[in-house]
Amino acid sequence: MIKLTVNGQPYTVDVEPTMPLLWVIRDVLHLTGTKYGCGMAQCGACTVHLNGDAVRSCVTPVKRAENQTIITIEGLSTDVTHPLQQAWIAEDVPQCGYCQSGQLMAAAVLLKEKPNPTDQDIDDAMSGNICRCGTYQRVRKAIHHAASLQKQGGTQ
Amino acid sequence: MSNTLSRRRFIQAGGTITGGLLISFFIPAGAKKLGDLPAGNTMFAPNAFLNILTDNNVKIVLSHVEMGQGIWTTLPMLIAEELDCDWNKVTVEHAPPGQPFVHTVYGIQITGGSSSTWSEFDRYRNAGATARAMLIEAGAKKMNVDTANCRTEKGFVIAGDKRISYGELTEAAGKLPPPANVTLKDKKDWQYLGKPTKRLDAKAKVNGQAAFGLDVYFPGMLTAVVAHAPVFGGTVRSFDATAAKTVKGVREVIKIPTGIAVIADHFWAAKKARDVLKIEWNNGPGENFSTAGLFESYKKLAAAKGIPAGNAGNVDTALPATKKQLNATYQFPYLAHAPMEPLNCTVKLDANSCEIWTGTQLPMHDQAVAAKILGFKPDQVKINIQFLGGGFGRRATPTSDFVAEAVEIARASKKFIKLVWSREDDIRGGYYRPAFLHQVNIGIGENGLPAAWKHTLVGQSIFKGTPFEGWMKDGIDNTAVEGVNDSPYLQSVPNYNIDLHLPTAPVSVLWWRSVGHTHTAFVMETLIDELAHEAGQDPVAYRRALLKSKRHLDVLNLVAEKSGWNDPLPAGRFRGIAVHESFASFVAQVAEISIEQGHLKVHRVVCAIDCGLAINPEGVRAQMESGIIFGLTAVLYGDITLEKGRVKQRNFHDYKMLRMNETPLMEIHIADSTEKMGGAGEPGVPPLAPAIANAIFAATGKRVRRLPLERSMLNA
Repeated sequence: MIKLTVNGQPYTVDVEPTMPLLWVIRDVLHLTGTKYGCGMAQCGACTVHLNGDAVRSCVTPVKRAENQTIITIEGLSTDVTHPLQQAWIAEDVPQCGYCQSGQLMAAAVLLKEKPNPTDQDIDDAMSGNICRCGTYQRVRKAIHHAASLQKQGGTQ
Repeated sequence: MSNTLSRRRFIQAGGTITGGLLISFFIPAGAKKLGDLPAGNTMFAPNAFLNILTDNNVKIVLSHVEMGQGIWTTLPMLIAEELDCDWNKVTVEHAPPGQPFVHTVYGIQITGGSSSTWSEFDRYRNAGATARAMLIEAGAKKMNVDTANCRTEKGFVIAGDKRISYGELTEAAGKLPPPANVTLKDKKDWQYLGKPTKRLDAKAKVNGQAAFGLDVYFPGMLTAVVAHAPVFGGTVRSFDATAAKTVKGVREVIKIPTGIAVIADHFWAAKKARDVLKIEWNNGPGENFSTAGLFESYKKLAAAKGIPAGNAGNVDTALPATKKQLNATYQFPYLAHAPMEPLNCTVKLDANSCEIWTGTQLPMHDQAVAAKILGFKPDQVKINIQFLGGGFGRRATPTSDFVAEAVEIARASKKFIKLVWSREDDIRGGYYRPAFLHQVNIGIGENGLPAAWKHTLVGQSIFKGTPFEGWMKDGIDNTAVEGVNDSPYLQSVPNYNIDLHLPTAPVSVLWWRSVGHTHTAFVMETLIDELAHEAGQDPVAYRRALLKSKRHLDVLNLVAEKSGWNDPLPAGRFRGIAVHESFASFVAQVAEISIEQGHLKVHRVVCAIDCGLAINPEGVRAQMESGIIFGLTAVLYGDITLEKGRVKQRNFHDYKMLRMNETPLMEIHIADSTEKMGGAGEPGVPPLAPAIANAIFAATGKRVRRLPLERSMLNA
């Protein structure tokens, strides 16, 4: 039995300690906003926050997350009010949308660490996230947009 | 337009059991009948395009599926424009399989060919206008005024100072006969069409709520993965599941036609068990296949006479008569679509019914294939279409491969299962853009323009041997030659000949975003650039001399102007240009590059498109950006190679995708055009690769004849 806290909710799961956190989140907890794209930390679709860091849940053994704070896209905000979510909508970022949970979770850590990211900061933080629809230019614009929203509204 | 009129007879309207107003269409069998497609669902299906509910919400049903291209927003815009409803009260859902949702031109239910918007432009506007006319009639009666004195606004029928909401009128409107004729709004009165409109699916796609096929879950459902043959055409000789069955969570291991399926409580258990399966395969002749050998055989084939696919004058006499000639051989690899959402399909099977959840571009076809496997009638198979996590053609397979596989597993196991393909299954699972070879011999006239053009194409047919073979004509699969046989340049060449070879190979092939244009645009646009250089002319001026089509010229001029084609570039920067028509849209792009330490850096891509009326300009811009990234990915990385029948690539580390740090600045310009509407999903892809290759020539003097780009091309 492994105890987890996801988006503030406590869970106890009966799984092998080596099972990737991604599959616990998706197939055991049924929080399906976190996506499977590659299974080998190449695409970033599975990005979640573990104690505030962006991690690739597809290669993170669930044991590593035991008793730690996990936030998934469902926990980024309860009402789509996170500056990134608002900026994503305003800039019409998503296309197929499949990678966007991971993009948002990666961007959220960037914005927390660098409230005014440069284009280089965005390249450095976001190049681990693949978007096959090629929404990168809009992702970049939306991160800058969110940074200014965050400044206006204070930090989230 | 006569089509529209005859179609109107098939509009049906009526009240719903919940008191809403339902507007449906019943279209007679499609314009083009497909020969041997499995029998579709021809039953009377009272599916609505539009359902106005008593609470004023408007539910719009999509005959096309949302896979990123934005149709979830564009089709509702067409209805909202004519209906005058409140845009904030619009909800959207995918249509089930059914005759009413058959493509207005292609005759089957399909999302593809960059055709969703233009093919629904009339049908969806008519649905909105019909509902509005009935609501006005009902409203006029209720307010005791003449219909001529009524107007509509944001979900209300208004007469003077009286107003009634659509919701209050649905019941009365549902009892009226639909009007024989409706007048569509004049363009000058449009509120939505032609205006940049935000995506209706954005909210669900930023909070994790958007339901993709892979997200389907019901209590008691299990996950299945399949071990496929390592070689195309291979079959299972024997297998030993002893070790696999010891993995915790594994429920069953069974043989199905496409391999060995492992069924488990979750994906992780199923995949772990698959890793320890022992399988002996009959690889068959596919084991001897390699892409290196394929291209050798294609080179030989190119020297032989093929299927005639276009001809003018006499190339055999004209070509040797020219003093200067240009000969080139081009090679293009197999390419995987690699949508971000791996393929998947959920199947629940009972004695007399089957329910499926998946993301598919071919719902009715998949339904028919599933029914055939099960010995059911199509109407015993229900399909719930989820959001597609990318399609690019991969979710429109004539074999319905992932749906058929899931149905086979459910049938053999009697279990409620979700089939999940791993990324490796996807990269290695075939249905690639076919590999192609082009052999071109051009005789250059005294004026520097091509006088004779001999063009041979070699590559597998997408249609041959599939239910879509009926779309071939005179032995020609147009998806192999499109972009060459309709090239605007060849119209200016007095002598040309196009020869096509459609060899077979064990590898399964499929349409891949922009299909034949992925390679034909590259060949045509790099050759024209080369001819311009040979003639000592500017590439834009040379194109102008050859092009007669106004729309080609317009986008060429627009992109030249916006990119500053004639302005000097900073040291170390180089430009390339290309213009190409595909899917009835015209796109020109200028790429600005530099080469730094043997690496290509694309700084800027300026793009001009004429797609006729852009219903949602923001959506068109997004699709151009998307096409540019898709095209650039193929230039830099796209390569599926096989040795001893086995695909060498397996995941994103060796089948790479373009990333944020490689993304150029993209500037999209939409031509103000009143020409015939074309598509947007695909036409942004074809010009990108040749624009890059032409820029590389400007930088290095080397001509790129193979994709993906080889490092050696970037050394000065």
